[in-house]
Amino acid sequence: MTAVTPLTTGRRPPAGGSRSRRGRIGWLFVGPFMAVFALVFLAPIAYSLYLSFFRDQLVGGTSFVGLDNFQRAFEDDQFWAAVGRVVLFLAVQVPVMLGLALLVALALDSGRLYGKSFFRISVFLPYAVPAVVATLMWGFIYGTRFGLVGNINDALGVSLPDPLSPSLVLASIGNIVTWEFIGYNMLIFYSALRVVPKSLYEAAEIDGAGQWRIITAVKIPAIRGALVIATIFSVIGSFQLFNEPSILKSLAPNAITTYFTPNLYTFTLSFSGRQQNYAATVSLVMGVVTMIIAYAVQLRGMRKEA
Amino acid sequence: MRTMTRRAMRGVGLLCAAALSLTACGSSEEAASDKAVSGSDLRAALKEGGSITVWAWEPTLKQVVSDFQKEYPKVKVKLVNAGTGNDQYTALQNAVQAGSGVPDVAQVEYYALGQFALGKSLEDLSRYGADKFKDDYSPGPWNAVTVDEAVYALPMDSGPMALFYNKKVLDKHQIAVPTTWDEYLEAARALHAADPKAYIANDTGDAGFTTSMIWQAGGTPFKNRDTNITVDLTNDKGVTTYTKVWQKLIDEKLLAPISSWSDEWYKGLADGTIATLATGAWMPANFVSGVESASGDWRAAALPQWKKGDEVSSENGGSSLAVMKASKNKDLAYAFNEYANHSEGVQARIEAGAFPATTADLASPTFLDTTFPYFGGQKANEIFARSAAQVPEDWSYLPYQVYANSIFNDSVGKAYVSDTKLADGLKEWQKAAVDYGTEQGFDVNK
Repeated sequence: MTAVTPLTTGRRPPAGGSRSRRGRIGWLFVGPFMAVFALVFLAPIAYSLYLSFFRDQLVGGTSFVGLDNFQRAFEDDQFWAAVGRVVLFLAVQVPVMLGLALLVALALDSGRLYGKSFFRISVFLPYAVPAVVATLMWGFIYGTRFGLVGNINDALGVSLPDPLSPSLVLASIGNIVTWEFIGYNMLIFYSALRVVPKSLYEAAEIDGAGQWRIITAVKIPAIRGALVIATIFSVIGSFQLFNEPSILKSLAPNAITTYFTPNLYTFTLSFSGRQQNYAATVSLVMGVVTMIIAYAVQLRGMRKEA
Repeated sequence: MRTMTRRAMRGVGLLCAAALSLTACGSSEEAASDKAVSGSDLRAALKEGGSITVWAWEPTLKQVVSDFQKEYPKVKVKLVNAGTGNDQYTALQNAVQAGSGVPDVAQVEYYALGQFALGKSLEDLSRYGADKFKDDYSPGPWNAVTVDEAVYALPMDSGPMALFYNKKVLDKHQIAVPTTWDEYLEAARALHAADPKAYIANDTGDAGFTTSMIWQAGGTPFKNRDTNITVDLTNDKGVTTYTKVWQKLIDEKLLAPISSWSDEWYKGLADGTIATLATGAWMPANFVSGVESASGDWRAAALPQWKKGDEVSSENGGSSLAVMKASKNKDLAYAFNEYANHSEGVQARIEAGAFPATTADLASPTFLDTTFPYFGGQKANEIFARSAAQVPEDWSYLPYQVYANSIFNDSVGKAYVSDTKLADGLKEWQKAAVDYGTEQGFDVNK
């Protein structure tokens, strides 16, 4: 940057004509990006917004309804029940998952672990399993009749609670998601830990800090950025929960409703209920809610850093 | 067949992009002629030839298509499997909406016909004289393809219900085959007491099954005339008759908590965990392919009655072929449809294992005398054919049954996993159905 500045300041300000030509050339460079950006990022949002102002009925066809859909969304018990469910999921599952991921990352980074590579790949492996496959697999494990839970019940003569019952199914989904994403988050933390200069640890040790003190005073503050990023990803991931409940639904049709999560709800609305307009509205509202919470997490994370 | 009926039973809806497309399509196709087409017109069309596309997942149609093309060499029929049940409906709705890629003929299940007919995407076949076929089809399917005098499809197969039972299991515990639902309840108690691992049936809440039961019990919870709909799942006598018995089965935990078509279900049917299965006559093929190891254990019987001495049955599943309004070659499309479902094609499909909806075939000696090695040599078709003739005629589905079925477990499902009563679950389902109908512009319960 410093090398460039003298060059531009050294010159006379360009004349009007050439400035506009430069502007045009600039747009030529930015143009392709802007076109694709507008097409794949802005257009869908604009289209959703457009859709959300209409209502399409089996009898009567399509009509403009203004903000009716938004009003309906704000009064929709099923939608807010779904939001409540993912918020609860977020509040419980994300801290557990990130805590475990951090623990594993710290363990790997400590250099005191035998078979580090094996351990690292084993923890990461579930992330490589497609969510659909993982959910099906866990679905079999959760089975109380022919699944692992059933086998344990039979072998030990106990009767474990059914993981797919309405009261436990959210926790069971949390378990699947945790299993799937510990490795991913561990990798984020681990790579952040790897770039912390070793000299900091040595300095801390010279100052008489124990391992625990090094973790709390050096390592965790050093990877705060990674923690915030991982948390934001998890917030978004929680709010977009879809695959797991959608697949488990066939195993637990009465425990997982068609409005179990906001995503599942919009899916049902548009593909079973042919209410694309209202589904678009719900998606927009959900997008805003997600943004607010993700932004709050970011603000809070950054404030601590400062 | 298997997947088709699975969809029919589950009724998970995926009807997408419907009305917007349908209204648009209606206006652009208004120009199409409504004049009557005679048999000689059809013969001329067949002679002239052309090509049509058929969207269907029914496997027995493959043979029909090749026979048809042999008979009318100038006609090319392209049979496309565009998905099963709801997947296909989604694709179909999208095609109708886009106004291109719409097939000439499409397979539509009975319970989903209303939704397509209402959207005006199906051709009224009465101008081809299909309205004269009333007596050629058994009452249930015929009733399903006709809406207010219009004939929107020709019945392809049907699912008159029967009770399939594992004879080995019932014999072992000396339980007689129940002939009424009260006896069924008694049998359920006796069986579960004798073997705590065995259940009389599996049920986790299935809209298709529940509505079939209500149908048999003489209920008419759904009525519709044009855009006026009545939904009554609270006071309807069929509903109350059904819930009275079924609530006891649920309360006493006599139903295996296994969803139909799951792996557990097949295992249960094979190992005696599930002792009976009340379902459509299309089931035998599924037994043969999915529950092979229990060959010889199972038998078919008439559906238990709600009132002793009655002879009333019901329908479960089944589908039809419809001619799309957007088809460019409706005459050929209809000619194929009639061939497959009303004339020569029917026999080919029966031979391939389909259960027909045509009364002539249901009454034919060769059909009735067919023995089923799987059922220990039983002439099961006799039972199914009798059942087909005993289906109450006044039943109808909602014009948006696909969606209603898809949200069935949200409300009624609670009865299976909590203290909620079946009647309350059905009441909640009614509310959801009424709300949706009103939202969609119908006059519901007014």
